[in-house]
Amino acid sequence: MTISGVAILALCTLLGAFLGDLLGHLLGAKTNVGGVGIGMILLIAARYWLTRHKRLSAPAKSGVEFWGALYIPIVVAMAANQNVVAAVKSGPMVVVAAAASVAVCFAAVALISRLGGPTETMDEIEARERAEAGAAAAAGLAGEPVT
Amino acid sequence: MIAPSMIAHVLETNALLTAFALVGVVMWLSAALSKYLTLGRIHGSAIAILIGLALAFFGGLATGGKSGLADVPVLSGIGIMGGAMLRDFAITATAFEVDIDKARQAGLLGVLALCLGTVLPFVVGVTAALAFGYRDPVSLCTIGAGAITYIVGPVTGAALGASSPVIALSIATGVLKAILVMVGTPLVAKLIALDNPRSAMVFGGLMGTVSGVSGGLAATDRRLVPYGALTATFHTGLGCLVAPTLFYFLTAAVFHR
Repeated sequence: MTISGVAILALCTLLGAFLGDLLGHLLGAKTNVGGVGIGMILLIAARYWLTRHKRLSAPAKSGVEFWGALYIPIVVAMAANQNVVAAVKSGPMVVVAAAASVAVCFAAVALISRLGGPTETMDEIEARERAEAGAAAAAGLAGEPVT
Repeated sequence: MIAPSMIAHVLETNALLTAFALVGVVMWLSAALSKYLTLGRIHGSAIAILIGLALAFFGGLATGGKSGLADVPVLSGIGIMGGAMLRDFAITATAFEVDIDKARQAGLLGVLALCLGTVLPFVVGVTAALAFGYRDPVSLCTIGAGAITYIVGPVTGAALGASSPVIALSIATGVLKAILVMVGTPLVAKLIALDNPRSAMVFGGLMGTVSGVSGGLAATDRRLVPYGALTATFHTGLGCLVAPTLFYFLTAAVFHR
């Protein structure tokens, strides 16, 4: 049933919100602490458990995926009810913060991807796979095609 | 005879449906703008969010209120659709797409990229906020979180009770970051060796924003998109978990009032 997927999602979100409130209370923050993140972890765990026990039906899945697909539109609606008029008054900070963090992260990508040493590029992987597929076909090996 | 007040009555009593229809039109318009005006260079969702922020600006100007478009009586449903309940519900739902086995393939480099991708933008965001005169830990943390992604910013801001203008700033920072990632990635792809699955996963973990990463990678090399999106989906969750908690406590400890 579709509603069971929506219900699982709702339970995970509610439990996450409750645990987030609890964690906030324990830490003395008086606010919800990481409730959404905890809810996400619960949902990942729930899906893992249900898939392993073959209890995850296609309609239940679609009940969750529908809401996942709506997240960009919901973020658009969220953007549309922010106090932008007030934010515009301190505009330059947005540009500085965004541009600087993108520049720093680009530099970090260059650094970290080189940490692991050279690796196959996408072109090389596809060339190798084509070569392997060709070799397998030439050798007359029947069975699963190389994907 | 159809009076405008009759239409307004229907829209007001069905506020949430009005919001669905309006946001749908915005999304459709953004997809068209993305396709024909930017030739797919800028992701439709980023344009839609910008339109949302622009609508909030004009709504705020027209009503003088603090809730953007939601202060227009006919459009109050925007406040329900974009409110905390549905927002948290939908963001939690996106975790459903995460495949644990595939995630393991990202390996240690992916984890390192995810951690750095959360810490670095936060530090940069907080530094920028400091430079522009913010001193209270809640605002600093919210703006820093906005530099992680435009989702982490408002989630953090809502959790910490930040003011609406600060939340709007954090969203704007995240959106601008996503747009810069989309536009900038094809330009720097060669420079940062973005031509293999591993660097795509590192890229996804570091840049974070799913729309920025998928848009940027799509404009660079379509085959890299799933690898980047894989780590990027963890990014928002990780940010939502640590920004209002660990990062807030560290910020509060450093900048206590």
